[in-house]
Amino acid sequence: MKSQSLQEKIYRSFEKKSNNFFETIGGLTEFTILFFKNVFKPPYEVDQIRKHMDILGIQTFPIVSLTGFIIGLVITMQTQPVLVRFGAEAFLPGSVGISIVRELGPVITALIFAGRVSSGIGAELGSMRVTEQIDAMEVGAVNPFKYLVVTRIFACTFILPILTVYVIFIALFGAYVAVLLVQNMSFDYFTGAVIKSVEFGDAIPGIAKTFVFGFIVGVVGTYKGYTATNGTEGVGRASTTSVVVSSILILIFDMILVKITLWLWPTI
Amino acid sequence: MVIIEKLSKSFGSHLVLDEVSLKVEEAENLVVFGRSGTGKSVLLKCIVRLMEPDGGNVSIFGKDVMGLGIDELNELRQQMGFLFQGAALYDSMSVRGNLDFPLIRNSHLTPKEREMRIKDVLEKVSLEEAIDKMPADLSGGMKKRIGLARAIITEPKLMLYDEPTTGLDPITAKEISKLILDLQKELKMTSVIVTHDILCAKIIADRAVMLEDGKIQYTGDITELTTSKDPFLKNFFSDELIEEIGRK
Repeated sequence: MKSQSLQEKIYRSFEKKSNNFFETIGGLTEFTILFFKNVFKPPYEVDQIRKHMDILGIQTFPIVSLTGFIIGLVITMQTQPVLVRFGAEAFLPGSVGISIVRELGPVITALIFAGRVSSGIGAELGSMRVTEQIDAMEVGAVNPFKYLVVTRIFACTFILPILTVYVIFIALFGAYVAVLLVQNMSFDYFTGAVIKSVEFGDAIPGIAKTFVFGFIVGVVGTYKGYTATNGTEGVGRASTTSVVVSSILILIFDMILVKITLWLWPTI
Repeated sequence: MVIIEKLSKSFGSHLVLDEVSLKVEEAENLVVFGRSGTGKSVLLKCIVRLMEPDGGNVSIFGKDVMGLGIDELNELRQQMGFLFQGAALYDSMSVRGNLDFPLIRNSHLTPKEREMRIKDVLEKVSLEEAIDKMPADLSGGMKKRIGLARAIITEPKLMLYDEPTTGLDPITAKEISKLILDLQKELKMTSVIVTHDILCAKIIADRAVMLEDGKIQYTGDITELTTSKDPFLKNFFSDELIEEIGRK
């Protein structure tokens, strides 16, 4: 009898979780369609987009700077002994540079951005939803989707690539500091080796995919906030689930985009 | 002015509005009474189409609200004001920003004219000094006043009030009720007020209706309703009065 009830509990929990999963996927798809329907319609709310880009950029600037520097430092510290073991120490700047430009810079920045921004957007819009501010906007003949959602998604999509480029440079600087800790190498030699190893084709797919990551962060954060229910509890849930869902989607889309890139340009 | 015909709304299996029909005359103050959870706020939200009803019609100024496209609906909404239960002030904007927002979006006034209009409505609600404050710095009563100022700043013809005095102390509640009445007289607006505050209703109402079990059960003048011998009304108003006395 006991095991039956446990089985039932597991089944119910699984059923609830899978329903939530499909509900989220369906909601996100609908939200994305609604975004594209609204994005080309005037008014274009350029001031709002600019304002959100400023806020998002300033919000995430310190944390991505620190993370970028540490990632560059740590990946170099980890790679250096391995390359020494294989007698390939000279390849250190190049291999670290490629790792940072192709994968680590874009993905780490996107994940940090998701943690900082997606939760913030989820909480902000969620709070507006439960306190009827969104309803007030709608009754006031303003399209809240356009004013609150489209502008934020747009800002996320375009600010993340800018932050990623910045993080790549900071991470490379961190890498140089790590190299200096174990050997004497001039900055000119290090940058020269990185530039020689990292090709244009390494940078483009890495940066390009951050537009997709930024879009994901924007869509998930706004969707979770805009559809929040159940008062303050719902706001908290919107904030935390935004981070979880956007982080998972970033990793899934990274895998897909890497595969597509390698399929389209196998020599990269 | 406002004609509601057979309006129905349910949430899952719970029928909240069951073919509600109602007519509000021009410049009339209609109070909608009802216990908590009887669908009073849902009725208001269906009138402005914040919620889509399952059936029925709403006609405002001769326009069928349910048949309007989004642009026409927004045009109609510009002639309406809505005071939300919690005032619903925009947290990220100051009082000035909150009042300026509907004017920027829905009027062709110059910045100077907008500023004058803002000062004018703040004077009406006696809160001129709050112009640069943020909503978080305002008390509940002040928030309601600013919410009211924001609702009337575009000079609407129809005002909808969702529990305008809930959560306020009796003195502030009375002040808000009087303010609503004064503004209604000055601006000649038609008003629908959802409340269970008898004192507020006695000050404002020209006519009152009672919503119960999803239907309009009683309609009449406020004194008629409060002194009725009907067991339900007697019970409702005595409980409400006890609550009110308790609050005082």
